[in-house]
Amino acid sequence: MEKLNTWINKRFPLAKLIKEHATEYYASKNFNFWYGFGVLAFVVLALQIFTGIFLTMNYKPSAADAFASVEYIMRDVEWGWLMRYLHSTGASAFFIVIYLHMFRALMYGSYKKPRELVWLIGMVIYICLMAEGFFGYLLPWGNMSYWGAQVIVSLFGAVPYFGEGLAEWIRGDFYISDVTLNRFFAFHVIAVPIMLLLLVVVHIMALHEVGSNNPDGIEIKELKDSDGIPLDGVAFHPFHTSKDLVIIIVFLILFSAVVFFAPEMGGYFLEHANFEPADSLQTPEHIAPVWYFTPFYAMLRAVPSKLGGVLLMGLAILLPIFLPWLDKCRVKSIRYRGVTFKIALALFTISFIALGYLGLQPATGVFTLLARGFSAIYIAFFVFMPFYTKHEKTKPVPERVT
Amino acid sequence: MNNDRRKLLIAATTLYGGVGIASFATPFVSSFQPSTRALAIGAPVEVDISLLEPGSIVKVEWRGRAIMIVHRTVEMLETLSNVANQLSDPESQASVQPNYASNTHRSLKPEILVVEGVCTHLGCAPLPRFDVAPEDLGNDWRGGFYCPCHGSKFDLSGRVYSGVPAPTNLTVPPYAFLDDNRVIIGEDTVET
Ligand code: HEM
Ligand code: FES
Repeated sequence: MEKLNTWINKRFPLAKLIKEHATEYYASKNFNFWYGFGVLAFVVLALQIFTGIFLTMNYKPSAADAFASVEYIMRDVEWGWLMRYLHSTGASAFFIVIYLHMFRALMYGSYKKPRELVWLIGMVIYICLMAEGFFGYLLPWGNMSYWGAQVIVSLFGAVPYFGEGLAEWIRGDFYISDVTLNRFFAFHVIAVPIMLLLLVVVHIMALHEVGSNNPDGIEIKELKDSDGIPLDGVAFHPFHTSKDLVIIIVFLILFSAVVFFAPEMGGYFLEHANFEPADSLQTPEHIAPVWYFTPFYAMLRAVPSKLGGVLLMGLAILLPIFLPWLDKCRVKSIRYRGVTFKIALALFTISFIALGYLGLQPATGVFTLLARGFSAIYIAFFVFMPFYTKHEKTKPVPERVT
Repeated sequence: MNNDRRKLLIAATTLYGGVGIASFATPFVSSFQPSTRALAIGAPVEVDISLLEPGSIVKVEWRGRAIMIVHRTVEMLETLSNVANQLSDPESQASVQPNYASNTHRSLKPEILVVEGVCTHLGCAPLPRFDVAPEDLGNDWRGGFYCPCHGSKFDLSGRVYSGVPAPTNLTVPPYAFLDDNRVIIGEDTVET
C-alpha cells in the first residue's frame, strides 16, 4: 500500500490535493448549519446527474414519444417512478438548497472582499441552474411544459429589432416543436451539466484560495499560530466533514419523505397541468412556472408593457451580481451590522418570498398591485444599497470568532 | 529579441486564430436556424366554414399556430366601434395584418374574422370569451379574447385593450376565400 502510494504520488499530486483541500484546509470552527448547504448542493448535483443518466436510458426526446416515454418510465420501467421522483424532487431540492446557500452569503457578507469571485462564479452557477431547470421542464412534454417554454422563449422576442429572429433561432422553428424539444434535451443532458460541473470546480478553487468566511465575518487568516495555522480554524477533514455527514443524513431523511409521500408536493414540484400532453392550440387555464421561478415571473407580469416586464425580470436576476460593489459597509456579518441593513435584508427577503407566492396566483387586481410594490422593494434593496450602507452604525467586531 | 516584431507576430497570430474560430463557429450557430424541413412544413391549409354558426368559433392549425375563425353576429360587430376608445391600437397601425384586413373589422368579410390565436405578449393562446359582462372580466366587457397567461384583453376584432401587457393586436394571417364556404389560410394570391 505504502509503495503504491509513493508510486502514485510521484506521478499525480494525490496527497497534495488531499492536503490542500481537506486535511490541511482550515475553516472556521464556529460554522453553523447555514454552512451545510454548499455540501448539500454537491449531493443534489450528484443525485441529479446519477438519476438523470438512468432517466435518459428510457426517455425519448421527440414530440411524438416524449410524453408517453415519461409515462412508460412511471408505470412500466422497474423502479422508474423512483428515478423520476428522485429527479423531479431533486430539481426543487436543488433550488431550495441554493437559495438558502445564497441567503447565507447575504447574511454573513460572504460576497465581500476577498470573496468577490466566489460570489460571481456562484451567480454564474445559479444562472446555469435556472437554464438547466428550464430546459428540463420541457422534456416531459406536458401542456405546462409546452406553454412554459413558449412564454420564456417569447421573452427573447421582446428585444427590439432582432428579437423575433432570436426567438426563432432558439426554437429552430416557428413554434415550440419537436426540433425545440430535441435541442433542449441536448442542452439539458450534456451542455449545461458539463458547464455546472466545471463551474463547481472553479467555485471551490476560488473559495479555497481565499478561505471560507464564517458567521462572525472575521478573517481567520489574520491571526495564526506559530505553525501558520489560523487560531480559529480547524481542518476541513475530519472536523467539518463529520459535521457535514450529519447534515447530509438529515437532508436525506427530509428529501426521502418528500419523494415517498408527497412527490408532487400538491402541484408545486410537479404541476397538475403537466399530466396532460402538450397541446399547441390550448393554453392551460392558469399558467405558472415551477415555484423556483415564480418570484421573477411575478415581476415580469407586474409591468404592463412587454419590453418593460422583460427588462425588470432581467434586472432582478442580474442585480445580485453587483452586490460586492454595492455594499459599502466594511463589516461583513449581520451579527455586527447596523439596523438599517438588517431591516433592508428583512424587507428584501419578505419581498422575494411574497413575489414567489404572487407568481403562482392569477395576475389580477390586487395581486398585480402587490407584485408592483414588492418588485419595487426588491430593486430598491440593491439600487439604494450604496447609500444606506455607507454610514451604517455598526457594532464592534471581535478579534476572535465567538 | 525584437520586441516590436514579436508584438506584431502575436497580434497577427491572434487575429488569424480569431478568424479561424469565427469561421468554425458559423456552421454551428447557423445549424440553430429552422431547417429546410421546418420551412417546408408551413404549407397553407384549407378550411370549410359552412357549418360555422354565427357567434361561434373554430380553431385550426397552421405552421403549428392556432388560427381562430370566428363567425361574428351583427351585435358582435356593433361592439367594435363602442370599445374603440379603450383600445391601444384601434386603427391597427402598429399591428401585423394584410392590407385587406386593416379595417375596423380586420377581415375580408366583415362577419368572418380570421386571426392567429397567439397572444402578442408572450405567445399564449387567448381564450374566446364572447359572453358579455362576465363576473371575472368586469362590467364593461363586451366580448372578445382573454389571455389567461398575463391577462391581456382583445376585442372581437382581436384589437388589444390598453393597460395590458400585450403591445399589439392579434396578428391576421394571409388568407383568402376559395368560395363562400372555403377559406385558405397561409396564402392570399389564389385564383378564385
Ligand atoms: C443539474 C441539475 C439538474 C436539474 C436542476 C434538473 C431538472 C430537471 C427538471 C425540472 C426536469 C423535469 C421534471 C419532470 O417533470 O419530470 C428534468 C427532467 C429530466 N432530466 Fe434533469 N435536471 C438536472 C440534471 C440532469 C442531468 C445531468 C441529466 C442527464 C444526464 C438529466 C436528465 C433528465 C431527463 C432525461 C429528464 C426527462 C425525464 C422526466 O421528465 O422525468 N437531468 N430535469
Ligand atoms: S402571453 Fe398573453 S398576456 Fe402574456
